[in-house]
Amino acid sequence: MIDTLRLTAEQALGLLKRKEASSAELHRAYLDAAAARNPELHAYLRVVEDGTGTGVPIALKDVISTKGIETTAGSKILAGYVPVFDATVAARVKAAGMPLIGKTNTDEFAMGSSTENSAYGPSRNPWDPTRVPGGSGGGTAAAVSAGLAPWGLGSDTGGSIKQPSALCGNVGLRPTYGTVSRYGIVAFASSLDQIGPVAKTVRDVALLTSIIAGRDAHDSTTVDHPEPIRLPEDDRLDGLRIGVPGQVADLAGIEPGVRASFESALELARELGADVGECDLPLSFDYGMPCYYLIAPAEASSNLARYDGVRYGPRADGATYRDMVERTRDEGFGDEPKRRIMLGTYALSAGYYDAYYGQAQKVRTLIVREHAAAFERFDVIATPTSPTVAFHLGDKSADPLAMYACDLLTIPSCLAGLPGLNIPSGLSEGLPVGLQLIGRQFGENTLFRAGHALEQAIGFDTVPARLR
Amino acid sequence: MSISREQVLHVARLARLDLREDELDRLTLELGAILDAVSKVAELDLAGVPPTSHPLDLVNVWADDEPHVSLTLDEALANAPSREGSLFRVPPTAGPEVTA
Repeated sequence: MIDTLRLTAEQALGLLKRKEASSAELHRAYLDAAAARNPELHAYLRVVEDGTGTGVPIALKDVISTKGIETTAGSKILAGYVPVFDATVAARVKAAGMPLIGKTNTDEFAMGSSTENSAYGPSRNPWDPTRVPGGSGGGTAAAVSAGLAPWGLGSDTGGSIKQPSALCGNVGLRPTYGTVSRYGIVAFASSLDQIGPVAKTVRDVALLTSIIAGRDAHDSTTVDHPEPIRLPEDDRLDGLRIGVPGQVADLAGIEPGVRASFESALELARELGADVGECDLPLSFDYGMPCYYLIAPAEASSNLARYDGVRYGPRADGATYRDMVERTRDEGFGDEPKRRIMLGTYALSAGYYDAYYGQAQKVRTLIVREHAAAFERFDVIATPTSPTVAFHLGDKSADPLAMYACDLLTIPSCLAGLPGLNIPSGLSEGLPVGLQLIGRQFGENTLFRAGHALEQAIGFDTVPARLR
Repeated sequence: MSISREQVLHVARLARLDLREDELDRLTLELGAILDAVSKVAELDLAGVPPTSHPLDLVNVWADDEPHVSLTLDEALANAPSREGSLFRVPPTAGPEVTA
């Protein structure tokens, strides 16, 4: 009997190596778990009954093209779309022998922080199904948390891997911009989008990173890591300099329970030998959100121009080409993509470009510089990942700005292209709290070292209390 | 910073969205509130600051000009809502039905 709730990917690899389980048996165990719990959680949009391979099974967010398997990005405008090729990351995990368990739910086009924007209905948090799992990658996070997958891949534009990992009690990495191929990914904002892993442990995340990362001839924005990814082993943090932005102390929206968990994680870091000091990111905190909500929608409005009812997806009736395109887009897109397309089109339109998009790109430069200055004195920057624990379904869905504020702490480093790791730091009111560790460009190994040592010291039980 | 209903309609045309009346009303309010929040970037004096369009220092990447296997015609057209032979079929783009 395979206990999918507790099994890590590394332990699953051990079962395979010792021939105590086959890849097919593992795949079946996760399908059985999905059959039992997916009706409640809606983590998967669809499962793959005939997934084949020799390795540890995996879940993929539904923005990742999978040859022969419907890929919708959580949108009606891609209903029925069956890719004729694999995304590079899908091909890489397939080449590593991993059978696909299923495609996970996401906010439509990865736009959102709760999965409530999915055209196919929200996912639910395994710790408390009346609450959201975070987003946009809430499906992958819920699947890993509830034992419906040992690991999975998500995409992160402004926090879509880190924030759901925080809300569901997983480890999730947004890698350095450009280190993982985006060929075959449904694009949202191309100067920000990154693919990354979600799992139960830092070592699993490091292992999966090593499998998917690296230059891809199909994506000319990709680069190789200057040094190979290493699986962390060290339990100490001697010599590691951790910077905490002074701005975190003044931030009103951080819940007391989140703050307490963050402080206790910093105390543990000191006990493990780290040198914890204060850094300064004033512009990143004050202007990160406005900067992001101009740049990301601007790029989205361009990327989503391709959905025109001509080459794929459903088509609405129209007497002329233009009528058909406009009706297809109005019927196919949900409210959030429409808001962002409209906002981005406006920010890029004649007369407004310099004041909005141009200005935001300059603010982005200052945010990049501010982080670079902080990393002259520190190896890692630490903040809470999400200002709150998982909130109830419906709490923020009527107020776009309240939903956007979920990503306040994850956005700045995304704009700077830096890697960010979420690890669970404890519980508040019985719900997981996430610790965000930001690294230098290509600083993944430092994040894994810090994350692993803290993970061992914290001893967080990743299995939701109600499922134990 | 508010945005008028006429401006929203204009942007919807640019974005090729045939918004319903109720959507136009709602988006006028929502976009006004969001623009209020993001207009904060205008507060900063950024004279002399270069823009960042991309977080990596990349230069042009060139590929060798060699033929390779790509999608077949049937693969490329596999998801088309309407196909005619080797073409994507669409409603008229010009002619008596089409007005400027």
